[in-house]
Amino acid sequence: MNSKSGYNRLFDPMAETGQALDFSQHGLGQKTVGNPFSVKAKMSVRNLNVYYDDKQAIHDVSLDINRNEVMAMIGPSGCGKSTFLRCLNRMNDTIENCNVNGEVTLDEQDIYHKKQDVVPLRARVGIVFQKPNPFPKSIYENVAYGPKVHGLVSRRAQLDEIVEDSLRKASLWDEVKDRLFSPGTGLSGGQQQRLCIARTIAVSPEVILMDEPCSALDPIATARIEELMAELSQNFTIAIVTHSMQQAARVSSRTAYFHMGRLIEVNDTRRVFTNPEHELTEAYITGRFG
Amino acid sequence: MRKASHKSSTAKVPSTIDLVNRNLAKRKRAEWRFRVYGIGAILFGFICLLILFTDIISKGHGAFFKTQIHLQIHFNPQRLQVLQPGAIEQFNNANYDNVIQDALFADNARISPALLSAVDKRQLLSLISTGAVYSLRETLTDSPGVLNQSVGVWLTVDDDVDNYVKSLAHGGEGYTGRLSQQQQSWVNRWIENGQVRQTFNTTFFTSGDSREPEQAGIRSALMGSLYMLLVTIGLSFPIGIAAAVYLEEYAPINRVTDFIEVNINNLAAVPSIIFGLLGLAIFIGFFDMPRSVPLVGGLVLTLMTLPTIIISSRAAIKAVPSSIRDAAYGLGASKMQVVLHHVLPLAMPGVLTGAIIGFAQALGETAPLLMIGMVAFIVDVPADLMDPSSALPVQIFLWSDSPERAFVERTSAAIMVLLAFLISMNGLAVWLRHRLGRSHQ
Ligand SMILES: Nc1ncnc2c1ncn2[C@@H]1O[C@H](COP(=O)(O)OP(=O)(O)O)[C@@H](O)[C@H]1O
Ligand SMILES: [Mg+2]
Repeated sequence: MNSKSGYNRLFDPMAETGQALDFSQHGLGQKTVGNPFSVKAKMSVRNLNVYYDDKQAIHDVSLDINRNEVMAMIGPSGCGKSTFLRCLNRMNDTIENCNVNGEVTLDEQDIYHKKQDVVPLRARVGIVFQKPNPFPKSIYENVAYGPKVHGLVSRRAQLDEIVEDSLRKASLWDEVKDRLFSPGTGLSGGQQQRLCIARTIAVSPEVILMDEPCSALDPIATARIEELMAELSQNFTIAIVTHSMQQAARVSSRTAYFHMGRLIEVNDTRRVFTNPEHELTEAYITGRFG
Repeated sequence: MRKASHKSSTAKVPSTIDLVNRNLAKRKRAEWRFRVYGIGAILFGFICLLILFTDIISKGHGAFFKTQIHLQIHFNPQRLQVLQPGAIEQFNNANYDNVIQDALFADNARISPALLSAVDKRQLLSLISTGAVYSLRETLTDSPGVLNQSVGVWLTVDDDVDNYVKSLAHGGEGYTGRLSQQQQSWVNRWIENGQVRQTFNTTFFTSGDSREPEQAGIRSALMGSLYMLLVTIGLSFPIGIAAAVYLEEYAPINRVTDFIEVNINNLAAVPSIIFGLLGLAIFIGFFDMPRSVPLVGGLVLTLMTLPTIIISSRAAIKAVPSSIRDAAYGLGASKMQVVLHHVLPLAMPGVLTGAIIGFAQALGETAPLLMIGMVAFIVDVPADLMDPSSALPVQIFLWSDSPERAFVERTSAAIMVLLAFLISMNGLAVWLRHRLGRSHQ
């Protein structure tokens, strides 16, 4: 229990607002422990720092996400998981006061390069948000919107095909095939979230980012989405933020633990939940804070 | 220990539910009073509206009817001074006063053999509207065959006669108009003979202003208002939306944007007459545009409505949930696509509501139009944006200032037309909001 006082000092509210926390001071090490890097990464992040105005939300994070894996990101709320995830398809560009520096690559191309256009980037890296946010349009229109704006199809029949295919992949087709033209907002919360997933899939992205996709859903809807993730991981690379450790344990192959804007540990999910390398990770998964 | 002390305290002090029940009656009374205040406020507004409408309608409805008398007109070419047969242009300059005069005297002679004095003659002639000649000219131009024939024609009477006849409908007591005893008896005789009728006053809708109330209409003012409204809608709607979209979606948050925002809010509060002065200085003074034309009026009203539209559009755009924006951006929509496909359609009901309220205000605006000379006496109906014209509210203002009694009812009638206009515009706003709101659910 020697380190306990260390934790307490870490959670001293003054610590957050004051000088950036020096991990080494507590003998915790500045470097991420575990295996954040891999040889054949789909996306890799190097030395990422993110600021909201003067406040730093992400401190020097480096991490690789492998092709066709489900990477879970866990950590106490406010630790920067969403901020990190949104850096992966430059959604943070839409936030006025957000500043990103560091390197993020997708298939070895720098996505923050001056010449990189966010439109094709987001077609390749899709995102599903915490709160289901279907457009106030028909189910069909919701799914067809992405292919339409990217001009992926020229004929209506092709579009129909994409819509059906995406809805099937999101295992929503059977529930909505008779009411494709009724409003997407009329579906239940779980259905809406699957509609949002279908909408993301429809542009055939390579990576799907999910920011706590189940936090607004009931357990049954959550179970369906988790099943879906397992299926999707065969074709897509998935990075999921979750506040539920059980969910991370169920769906992911690797887990990254964030803490106050720092990436503390990255390891195989089983390892993280059975034998975490870092004290902070252990404290979190054993429920001592979070 | 703690439990015990808790128990002993409940023994002395009444239980929570007792306290709640004791206060319940008081709360219910307060609740009831609160509702009564609300209902009272609504009733007050409603009664005021009712009084206004009753007053305007009771004063104004008469203007929608005009009195005519039936006379046997002999289209005598000599008296008309139409001498060359077949030359239709002469009809324009023919002397219709002569034939009306003949008809009146003949009509009188048929009933009373007594000769008319010069004064009587003048009094008799003044019973017919000076505009009657135009209706005769029209009859003759439309069917030249009546030349040299005697035909029964309904002629509009002078506003004083109109007034007298309308007062008879209300019992006739206490008539204080300008008709002399003699004139009243002539009119009474016509009524007895069934030569008098009331018809729908088309003149009111088809002609421009006139010094003679029975010939005065709202057409030129109405057209002027319409043209101005077109200019205002055509300019302020797109400009307002573009400004609002830019400020909400594109503009960086900095001092300049703050400054612009403060100024737009200030402009919305600037009295309208200032906009009139501005228009006078800029459009007429600097750009040398003509006075009294709907184009300038529309420009001034555009300046006046812009702040309202920008403010309400910005509020409507701001109210679009950011989750929708995120969803579209996340799919790779470009900024313009996000705005055009999602933000604007969702904001449209709010934008339209604000815009139509702005247009309705513009339609009812008088003061700035006075500054740019739209207060002139305009008889001709404007044919385009550069024709001098008046505007409905200005026309109302002008008529309300006229001494003739018949203008009182025309003032009220014009107010009714303006109100009908405004009510239908607001109805349109409600309908659009409903429709657009539903199509996006
Ligand atoms: N738009 C923003 N403006 C300012 N600070 C923000 C903004 N979004 C997030 N933050 C701050 O950044 C930190 C990380 O937030 P976030 O990434 O949302 O955490 P998480 O998703 O892990 O709960 C928090 O301290 C939060 O207050
Ligand atoms: Mg979050």
